Amino acid sequence: MRRYVARRVVALAATLVFVSMLVFVVVRVLPGDPAALIMGTEGSPEAAARLRDALGLNRPLAVQYLEWLAGALRGDLGRSIQYDLPVGALIVTRLPVTLPLALLAAGFMVVVAVPLGIYAATHHRRGGDYVAMLVSQLGISIPQFWSGLLLILLFSVTLGWVRSGGFDGWSAGIWPALRSLLLPAVALGFFQAAVLVRATRSAVLDVLREDYVRTARAKGLPGRRVVFRHALRNALIPIVTVAGLQLGQLVAGAIVLESVFALPGLGRLALNAIGARDLPVVQGVALFVASCIVVINFAVDLAYGVLDPRIRHEAS
Amino acid sequence: MRRRRPLRHVTFTLGAAITLALVATAGLSLVYTPADPLAMSITGRLQGPTGSHPFGTDHFGRDVLSRVMSGALTSIAVGLIAVGIGAGPGMLLGLVSGYAGGRTDEAIMRLVDAVQGFPAILSALLFTAVFSPGMPVSMVAIGIAFVPAFARLARGSVLELREREFVVAARALGGGDVRLLLRHILPNSLPPLIVQATTSFPVAILAEAALAYLGLGTQPPYPSWGLMLKEAQNFLSLNPWFAVFPGGAIGLTVLGLNFLGDGLRDLLDPKTA
Repeated sequence: MRRYVARRVVALAATLVFVSMLVFVVVRVLPGDPAALIMGTEGSPEAAARLRDALGLNRPLAVQYLEWLAGALRGDLGRSIQYDLPVGALIVTRLPVTLPLALLAAGFMVVVAVPLGIYAATHHRRGGDYVAMLVSQLGISIPQFWSGLLLILLFSVTLGWVRSGGFDGWSAGIWPALRSLLLPAVALGFFQAAVLVRATRSAVLDVLREDYVRTARAKGLPGRRVVFRHALRNALIPIVTVAGLQLGQLVAGAIVLESVFALPGLGRLALNAIGARDLPVVQGVALFVASCIVVINFAVDLAYGVLDPRIRHEAS
Repeated sequence: MRRRRPLRHVTFTLGAAITLALVATAGLSLVYTPADPLAMSITGRLQGPTGSHPFGTDHFGRDVLSRVMSGALTSIAVGLIAVGIGAGPGMLLGLVSGYAGGRTDEAIMRLVDAVQGFPAILSALLFTAVFSPGMPVSMVAIGIAFVPAFARLARGSVLELREREFVVAARALGGGDVRLLLRHILPNSLPPLIVQATTSFPVAILAEAALAYLGLGTQPPYPSWGLMLKEAQNFLSLNPWFAVFPGGAIGLTVLGLNFLGDGLRDLLDPKTA
């Protein structure tokens, strides 16, 4: 297991270096002159030259990249032009919105999708299976932001149970904060749950056809025990794979839902930064979010090794 | 082995019918829409469905049906080009990675892992910070997000095919690497890649709508379903229909394309054929 983990850690490090390179190339290399981009058409050439000097854009690209990477490794992602604050500090202030939103949505996704997928598999080609698949198909087809809008229309505009958006912060109390995040989390989790239902159903169905499951049934074990003790444990790898990939998508989806529900999270920080031509913030948020997704994928890889000893033996 | 007839496959037929309707609507919008999708009317704003405006009008008095029809063209264009952008480099990376093996394979796969860290929304945020928002940014951002899936699939096919007899025979006859890859391996890798392209298409349509909604994709006044939903958001209590029709168009289109992809997978997969 140690060798397997060591190999995966080396791969993770290489992947994170590529992530940083991609962000750097898009923000610093593709625009040609980032200083001119930040200044816009209103800036004079002298002012652009001063900004270029202040941001260190006159040095060779390789030096700029290595300095930026070294700073990022120390947690220094540069300084926001718009707020004149460290980008890292700005990201930290927005995490209490984006992180709970993604976690709530992930919780909703797993709690809804896994039982529904198991139910569909154990009731294969019966009414319950068809209903579960229909709901899943609809969930996949509805854009997250549209389900967000429909939820606002129902629970806020029509029923008046919750407000349509905004977030007062955790200092206003846990329940008011959770209430602000509930609708966006459901809208976000519903789409991802729809994908996970299909994956769970398919994985459990595959395992239920295995000989050892037939043997367990032939021994006279109760149906529930066969499903939960024998089938589900072996179906976990594909379920964990899809759930892990969905987690990454949840982080990205949170950016959209923050806009629908006017939540002051990472996505809104980046969107506002684009309007203000605050390149260091966009660069920092992109590096942070992409790295989080890569680390989640790495954790999924490690989970394979824990769940299935064959994988760690083959890999090492 | 008995071949399944496509038209007897309910999911495939339903998906193909909805997709054909989408393409026909998009094609028709080039020559005919009930009204000019960009024509405004101050007196006819935020109307519900009526005989003259079956889907109602928006906050500028524009005909929602005409805008939904024109939006289909935007969705198809972005979807097709984005899938092309993802499939081309993705397949190339996968083919080279699987065929070369060793350190090249390792390096390419780490690059692919890194690209996987950039969902379409994130790439679009990055590109919009540098370039102006619009359809080209949407296409490139969505396409980049598809690269990992195509690369992994193509690599998997190459790993499976490169030691097969017909490839070994072609190599023994003096076939070069490029010829082996393009003439022998690629054509045999195509069925799963075609299914991937079909299943990526609805994802591209959803992503285009999301990017337009965020203001990172198609820009006003041009019709896009996502942009229409963004505009409808401020008028939900006044005219909910304004949000229902473009959202329904996205849902129906994605549903149809998902059915088509699922059906195609069933028909092309030898295990289920």
